Amino acid sequence: MTEVRIAGVGLTRFGRHPDRTGRDLFAEAALRAFEDAAVPRADLEGLNYGNFIGALAEGQGHQAPLMAEAAGLRCPATRYEEACASAGVAVREAVRTVRSGEADVVLAGGMERMTHVDTPTTTRGLATAADDLFEVRSGVTFPGAYALMARAYFDAFGGDRTDLAHIASKNHANAVDNEYAQYRREVSIEDALDAPPVATPLHLFDACPITDGASAVVIVSESYAEEHGLDAPVAVTGTGQGTDRMALGDRESLTETPAARDAATAAYEEAGIGPDDVDCAEVHDCFTIAEVLAIESLGFAEPGEGIRAARQGVTTADGDLPVNLSGGLKAKGHPVGATGAAQIAELVRLLRGDHPNSEHVADATTAVAHNAGGTVASAVVHVLEVAE
Amino acid sequence: MSSSNAGEGDEATRSGFDAWIDALAGGEGYYLESPCGHGSLPPRRVCPECGSTDLTERPLPETGTVETFTVVSVPTPTFAEDAPYVTAIATFGPVRLTGVLRGVEPDDDAIDLGLDVTVGVERRETDDERVVVFRPTG
Ligand SMILES: [Zn+2]
Repeated sequence: MTEVRIAGVGLTRFGRHPDRTGRDLFAEAALRAFEDAAVPRADLEGLNYGNFIGALAEGQGHQAPLMAEAAGLRCPATRYEEACASAGVAVREAVRTVRSGEADVVLAGGMERMTHVDTPTTTRGLATAADDLFEVRSGVTFPGAYALMARAYFDAFGGDRTDLAHIASKNHANAVDNEYAQYRREVSIEDALDAPPVATPLHLFDACPITDGASAVVIVSESYAEEHGLDAPVAVTGTGQGTDRMALGDRESLTETPAARDAATAAYEEAGIGPDDVDCAEVHDCFTIAEVLAIESLGFAEPGEGIRAARQGVTTADGDLPVNLSGGLKAKGHPVGATGAAQIAELVRLLRGDHPNSEHVADATTAVAHNAGGTVASAVVHVLEVAE
Repeated sequence: MSSSNAGEGDEATRSGFDAWIDALAGGEGYYLESPCGHGSLPPRRVCPECGSTDLTERPLPETGTVETFTVVSVPTPTFAEDAPYVTAIATFGPVRLTGVLRGVEPDDDAIDLGLDVTVGVERRETDDERVVVFRPTG
């Protein structure tokens, strides 16, 4: 099997870019990734592009060739859509393509524009990640779905809004020095607790913001990296994907995300590692409770124990296992179709030592990315390791 | 795409669902049961648990139990006039239903998990579309 390296990464600043086109956002991220990789555009053999609600929010379907053109590529281009896990799947398929020997150089990434429309329109667009017939028609919103899981979790295991506030506060603190983050400011526990409700028990600071942004990563074979003398120290050593029943009510448990557990099991097995080997992780904290479910499904905490990890300092920047050193979706922002590849980009920077928060993981060699779609009916997990 | 009907599915998808809503509205709500006893909701051709295509309609139990709920303050456009409202997941025998919980204050402190509810079909305030509604028993 061909080994896979990440040759370069590119992000736009995440935040509000209502006056910019999607093609401009993606081109910025892609050109930055090509420059970082030192790979000529002519060598690209494929574009795997993630986008979720472009057809609804921008009235623009068929975005993959549009984005290939914007990035200066003339190669097969395909859009991947798996709700908020769209770019994670785009990365995974790029890894599989390179591993198979089909291609040596593939660009994977994504873009989402969300702030140019009003909140009800965005809320409606994001709600399409849920089951239209049995959830959306019964008033389930995206925050509402995670709120249903949060209350079930509290009922089963204990935990409260203060535990969740510690997650929000941690991730905001991590974003302060990240030049790509949407909200580079601290949020205190009190601020989080005092914020207005969105869908109880979740309040404003339990939710990720509405974000525009794009991400891109250049994925190459190890042999291509060696032939061209690329500085590509980070390898993708494991990838896994899981699927669950679409509607939350149809799941075996309202407090677990087995799709992510399945994805993690597969990714760990490929990499030949276990959760104890992981030095840091970027997980899909679209809501604070989602980080809890994520770290449990990744095996970093037992079921029912993840709620306390941030409050106890385990997952903080100085903790044993820093989670979301980028600021996470919570503070870095969540341009949904771009997020999965953005997580990979941030981990690559952290492992290479050129991330503003690299000092917190100076000796790290192994990192995990966890990207989830909807209420984790889809999940993608990647293992990244610094190659010897 | 207008905001009033966006995200509501196409007519082909709705027809099977509407038949189920009609039955629920007429007090004859049902679920689908596979030979090994798995419950699921229509429209569906295959049991998602065991893969059986031999699905039989069974009457829904008359009362269900609220397993979790949320008071939604930031709605989608189709629930704009309904907010704040309560969405709940309730267990009815072998299936769970997701619906709007009415007949309670939309307030965390006014609602207990484990609440016994009936299920029926009512209208959304926003656009008069039909919606699955739970109400406390008694
Ligand atoms: Zn069955």
